[in-house]
Amino acid sequence: MTDRRLHLGYLPLIDAAPLIVAHELGFAAEEGLELALVRLQSWAQCRDMLGTGAIAAAQMLVPMPVAQAVGLGPDYPPFDLLMFLSQGGQAIAVSAALEAALRADGHGFAFDDPVAARAALLRVAKGQLRVGVPFPFSTQAHLVRRWLDGAGLGDGLTIHTVPPPLMAEALATGEVDAFCVGEPWASYAVETAAGALLLAGRAIWGAPPEKGLVMTRAFADGQPEVTGRLMRAVWRACRWLDLPENRGTAAEIVSRDTYLNLPPELSERGLLGRLHISAQGEVRQYPGFVGFHAGAVNFPWRSLAALFADQMALAHGLDRPAAAVAAMGCFRTDLYRQHLRSAGVDLPGASARVEGAMSYPTAVASEKGQMILGPDAFFDGVTFDPDFAAC
Amino acid sequence: MTRLSIIVVERDRERALRIVDGLMAAGDHAITVIAEETGLARRIAEQRPDIVLIDVANPSRDVLEELALVSGPLERPVAMFVDRSDEQLTRAAIEAGVSAYVVDGLLPERIKPILDAAIARFHMFQKMRAELAATKAALEERKIIDRAKAILMKARGLDEEAAYGLLRKTAMDQKRRVADIAQQLVMAAGLLT
Repeated sequence: MTDRRLHLGYLPLIDAAPLIVAHELGFAAEEGLELALVRLQSWAQCRDMLGTGAIAAAQMLVPMPVAQAVGLGPDYPPFDLLMFLSQGGQAIAVSAALEAALRADGHGFAFDDPVAARAALLRVAKGQLRVGVPFPFSTQAHLVRRWLDGAGLGDGLTIHTVPPPLMAEALATGEVDAFCVGEPWASYAVETAAGALLLAGRAIWGAPPEKGLVMTRAFADGQPEVTGRLMRAVWRACRWLDLPENRGTAAEIVSRDTYLNLPPELSERGLLGRLHISAQGEVRQYPGFVGFHAGAVNFPWRSLAALFADQMALAHGLDRPAAAVAAMGCFRTDLYRQHLRSAGVDLPGASARVEGAMSYPTAVASEKGQMILGPDAFFDGVTFDPDFAAC
Repeated sequence: MTRLSIIVVERDRERALRIVDGLMAAGDHAITVIAEETGLARRIAEQRPDIVLIDVANPSRDVLEELALVSGPLERPVAMFVDRSDEQLTRAAIEAGVSAYVVDGLLPERIKPILDAAIARFHMFQKMRAELAATKAALEERKIIDRAKAILMKARGLDEEAAYGLLRKTAMDQKRRVADIAQQLVMAAGLLT
């Protein structure tokens, strides 16, 4: 197998782990690939580097390629999402002032009850809530909208983009009252006493896809051999990451200077699902806080592309069916099947599903027998039906 | 021609000044520098600039992305877009390390001289940054090699030239760099004393 060097972009977050582990533990080398990991500072930069060909592939927020597909980004060649890299990993934090008000109101900071947390938040927010998210097109923005739209805040709810490393500062200086961000940046806010953790993203939506492996369509279709090798290397890294005994090691690796450059003790919290929710050191266990593999996490369900596209179409006045079709085309379930089947990966019978329909782990038909999918219900019980005929 | 209002988002004062110099040379424009990134979205919205220039790698870029979107097609006057007018120019800018957000509808011939000036300046910074890093690394290596030489001179009773010769021979035999061998020696010596 010939050696092939690929530049891969990532942002310093714990869910960059699949790319870092693929490189550091030799999963890429096994496939004859040499990965040059490029640390980036913003999602816009990540998109621009991929769009101009400065990097071959990137870790990206799942809704980002969807936004490109529906025409809400700059004019770049089409992007495709090859597989999901992670699920969950987000947390909602509130400012120290809101924390005090919530405690005075008797809220217990259980971290897993979206209904109680929302009710308490509405009582103390006095009709005004500014919430930070990392990017306009992010799973975080979707979670916040799901959770708080229609809660009665009306125009009092505003959502602002804040770069993750600056979230804690924005909370401390009162730029925002709360935020939803991926780890370790929520824990970082707790560590700097800027706020407290109120809720896990997974409590709002059972299976929120968070990051994906994205490349240009021209590369994915033009260089199928290399694309396949990269997907298999990353898939194996994801499987390794989901073994509980590997999470501590993973925290050590991603925390190194070259990657997150933060104390491993901080990255470890999200990876182990053991979060300190307040500056006083109260701990909440949240098993499966972030997932990389189990429950077919990596399969890029087209129905999820449709779900994000539909919400964007509504918000930006686009044609909803057309947006859904464009978005579904960039979630490459075909490449996932083609390139991962040979690695012995089990594949679901369908490429789309009703989103939010499962409250319990559910067995579905797959090539090798039965595949167990994790619960994916939304806290409000609403489901999303994609247009199956168009999938 | 009306003057254009340009905002430069740059924390480093020295860099900001040089960018402003470059832009001044490109024409008579109203240029504002924002050095503090708190409340960036609000401040830019208030000023309603024609063009915003910011380092590609600045984390606060994502805040500008939001500005480019929020207004949407219905509020053209404040809508900011990543420049779509000239693909090659956009690419050159990103490679040089600058990203530009340009009010929709601004004529390409008005944008180009400004972007060209910005690209030239940012290109220079990138080169300076790379040179600085290379010089620093070389200095570090020189120091380590000096220390390794001193250790060898003392332990083996060699003169300076012989000590360096030994380091170089070992590096060649092991197909490694002299600096790497020196680093290992310094570390090992540290453990033994």
